[in-house]
Amino acid sequence: MKPEVITLNVNGRTHHIALAPNVTLLTAVRDLGYTDVKCGCEKGDCGACAVLLAFPGAERGEPVNSCLVLAWQADGADITTVAGLGTAAQPHPLQAAFADAGAIQCGYCSPGFIIAAKALLDCNPRPTEHEIRDAIEGNLCRCTGYGHIVDAIRGAADKLPPAKGGAQ
Amino acid sequence: MTRYTAKPLPPIQLPELRQVGKPLRRVDAMGKAVGATAYAGDFSMPRMLHAKVFRSSQASAYIKRLDVRKARSLAGVACVLTAADVPNARLASDIPGQTGQQIRAGSEVPALASDRVRFYGEPIALIAAETPNIAERAMPLIEIEYEPLPGVYDPMEAMKPGAPNLHPPDNIVARWKIRKGNTEAGFAEADLIVENTFRLPYQEHAYLEPEAGVAWIDERGVINIRVSTQVIEHFRSIARAVGVPQNKIRIQGTMVGGGFGGKEDITVEIYLALLAKHTNRPVKLVYTREESILGHSKRHPYLIKHRTGVKKHGRISAAEIELISDSGAYPYLSPYVLLYSAVMSNGPYRVDNLRVEAATVATNNPYTSAFRGFGGPQACFAYEQQMDAIAEKLGMDPLELRKINYVRAGDSTSTGQVLESAAWLEETATRAMAALGDKTPDHGPLKVGQGFASYFQSYGRIMWLHDTSQAWVGVELDGTVTVRAGVPDLGAGQANSLCQIAAEVLGVPLEHVSIYCTDSAITPLSGTSTATRQLYMSGNATLMAATNVRQALLDRASKHFAEEIETLDMAEGRVFVKSNPSKFVELADLAKACAAEGAHLANLAMFKAPFSDPIDPETGQGSVFPDFTFGAYAVEVAVDTETGQLAVLKAAACHDVGRAINRAAVEGQIAGGGMQGLGYALMENLIVKDGVIQTPSLSEYLIPTCKDFPKTTVIILESGTGVGPFGAKGIGEPSFTPAAPALASAVADAIGVRIHELPLTPERVLAAIDGAKK
Repeated sequence: MKPEVITLNVNGRTHHIALAPNVTLLTAVRDLGYTDVKCGCEKGDCGACAVLLAFPGAERGEPVNSCLVLAWQADGADITTVAGLGTAAQPHPLQAAFADAGAIQCGYCSPGFIIAAKALLDCNPRPTEHEIRDAIEGNLCRCTGYGHIVDAIRGAADKLPPAKGGAQ
Repeated sequence: MTRYTAKPLPPIQLPELRQVGKPLRRVDAMGKAVGATAYAGDFSMPRMLHAKVFRSSQASAYIKRLDVRKARSLAGVACVLTAADVPNARLASDIPGQTGQQIRAGSEVPALASDRVRFYGEPIALIAAETPNIAERAMPLIEIEYEPLPGVYDPMEAMKPGAPNLHPPDNIVARWKIRKGNTEAGFAEADLIVENTFRLPYQEHAYLEPEAGVAWIDERGVINIRVSTQVIEHFRSIARAVGVPQNKIRIQGTMVGGGFGGKEDITVEIYLALLAKHTNRPVKLVYTREESILGHSKRHPYLIKHRTGVKKHGRISAAEIELISDSGAYPYLSPYVLLYSAVMSNGPYRVDNLRVEAATVATNNPYTSAFRGFGGPQACFAYEQQMDAIAEKLGMDPLELRKINYVRAGDSTSTGQVLESAAWLEETATRAMAALGDKTPDHGPLKVGQGFASYFQSYGRIMWLHDTSQAWVGVELDGTVTVRAGVPDLGAGQANSLCQIAAEVLGVPLEHVSIYCTDSAITPLSGTSTATRQLYMSGNATLMAATNVRQALLDRASKHFAEEIETLDMAEGRVFVKSNPSKFVELADLAKACAAEGAHLANLAMFKAPFSDPIDPETGQGSVFPDFTFGAYAVEVAVDTETGQLAVLKAAACHDVGRAINRAAVEGQIAGGGMQGLGYALMENLIVKDGVIQTPSLSEYLIPTCKDFPKTTVIILESGTGVGPFGAKGIGEPSFTPAAPALASAVADAIGVRIHELPLTPERVLAAIDGAKK
């Protein structure tokens, strides 16, 4: 099939790009330069490529493995990658907590974990440890043993306002 | 299981430090948290080509015909290379010239197989094309015919006369012997002799970042390779293989998305260099997960036999240990991995009468090489299981048996090397076990057990490799500090540790230190990020360089204050008089004064590890390692005796790290290494059939998720006796070593029967329970 022009809104920027139907969202956003979305397996096993995907009208973004979504399926949606949450000068509380809690070693899995954690805190601002572990079960980390990651998410939750909503 | 109380520590007063030891935010952390850190696969270049590696679909065969013409003629394909195009592209897989051992046939690996393939997945051809899609489409256009050759897939079979041979003269890649005391007399003295055989499996590194890199030729003809690697010094081997001078290859290492030894050998960088040279265009190569699992080394499977003589009060009187490892199709680091396991095969126990026979054997299986622990963990699984088995036979508590045999500082290892640093074995074992607390009660078919393992593990390279590391430290005119060191950062905080050391010595906040690292052309070579050596080696080099700069600054400050150097100190970006801190000068002002006078504000230092001669080939006697780390791991496990499923309920680790440079990073190493070890013991199951990996994905080869194991209780002890900076020891590899035997010990405690083989799959656990009933 031939490429068709679709619209991807990534971290607030709009891109109109021609893509063949078999191109994954992972490849599409990385080719657009959003290399903070990491490729670990291309099979949905590792969670490194997680992004938040919000279709028009959605209250908040849903976490998806971008390797399992075709770019065409995300046509018109808002996509948030970890770089869209904050910067080194103004990090999201989750990003600061990950950096401070020792939750980051090699860092390759961190974008996926932070996205999964953001999705959790958006709908459950005061999660239990069990709920945190449920939320990041689909993300693999080979360095940390996960303990510091759980600590970081709990630490960030304590700092975020308790009100619901995804406007962080 | 007896509850143990923590053995009191000797009184030790470590000097108070301002930066070192604190759990500061690592210098690399925020870039990674906000997605700003670029990994090797994230780089692109103008006019860049995309590469693929065409690999063998046979484990053992002659290549009868190889025709790449159709692939070459596909529109968009820029280049297809075979061995015929690069006949001299051979890689040193050994550590040639450094070991005193003769280089064996087969220790040089062809970059591309020519007439014969020896393992499934062996590279045969390289494709470079305008897009990844085109490269992919060119793959099936390569025509190849094989003539199958009988293969050998079991090291025992491979050792037999007449077995299919991989490299002449036979399949024995290397042997090591250790002879100490008189084993005959020792066994004659024994009241009891215990014999057991242990089997250890493959392990896949499963770093989250598959191998990746980009290469290009710059305007001066230098082949630049930006790659995820643990060893930028491979530029030398690559230069030889590509046929250019060593100063025409530049490796710019990126942040590594996990290494664990799997990125210690050359990965994609040789293919990138060859393709860049042949196309004169930038080339990018990123492995898929499947290709990563098929393409890089594995942890060695081992067969380890212990025969131990003990007196009835528990003292070991003699031991004979035999180790056989599967080296796979090419030697790579197998001879050295084997050396580690042979030297550590008797564990941290005094064995005066010892005989060790070790061999590593070539097969047509996936090749094996470095993986965190480097042969130490396999040895540890066997010696700790053996100690527990002896304790059972003697009716002794496992700790009591160990206490009688533990080495102490001043004792010697299997090779006669005297242990000089603290050997806190009982101290760490009792604390790890105490941290588990009371045993959880059994519940129906769920039987609960607790167990621990002690270990020792070297840090720093084999001393006859004559290891060195360099680091450069300088003060800028605004009082900030720059560190330059070739160190590759694998995520363990290698770069941060150097910054924290420089910050300590020069009295600046960590945020004022900036590091430039991992460039073979413009940062001083620091050696490999392997062998738990970077903190020890480059930490010491940084300490030396920073101390030299500090000396120059204090020298100038002493003139400024008209005070003796000894009366001055540096902290918070100032030099001040200790007795009167209000008398100070800003580091920036001091730096400017030095610069104006032409004083040197930077220093390049080299740290040399102690050099030794190789051990005696007949007796194995001699010094092998700079020092050792000691510690213990403890596990509580519930065994479902109906299904064989294991659930780890509690885990605790206690290690003497000498001195923690960054406490959070040390905790992270201990927790993460321990979990890798539990994964190895419990669930990681690389299935290889006739040389073919049956589990080439993360949905078939399962590594721990956050739901598989509880949070590890981490207990850090600091004896201050290590040979690293500020008395630090290494912890990267040691953290892994004792976890698997601790879990096996806990399972034995739960079900009353010991399992001598990993992983502890439900099938194996049920079989053991059934076997015990018979």
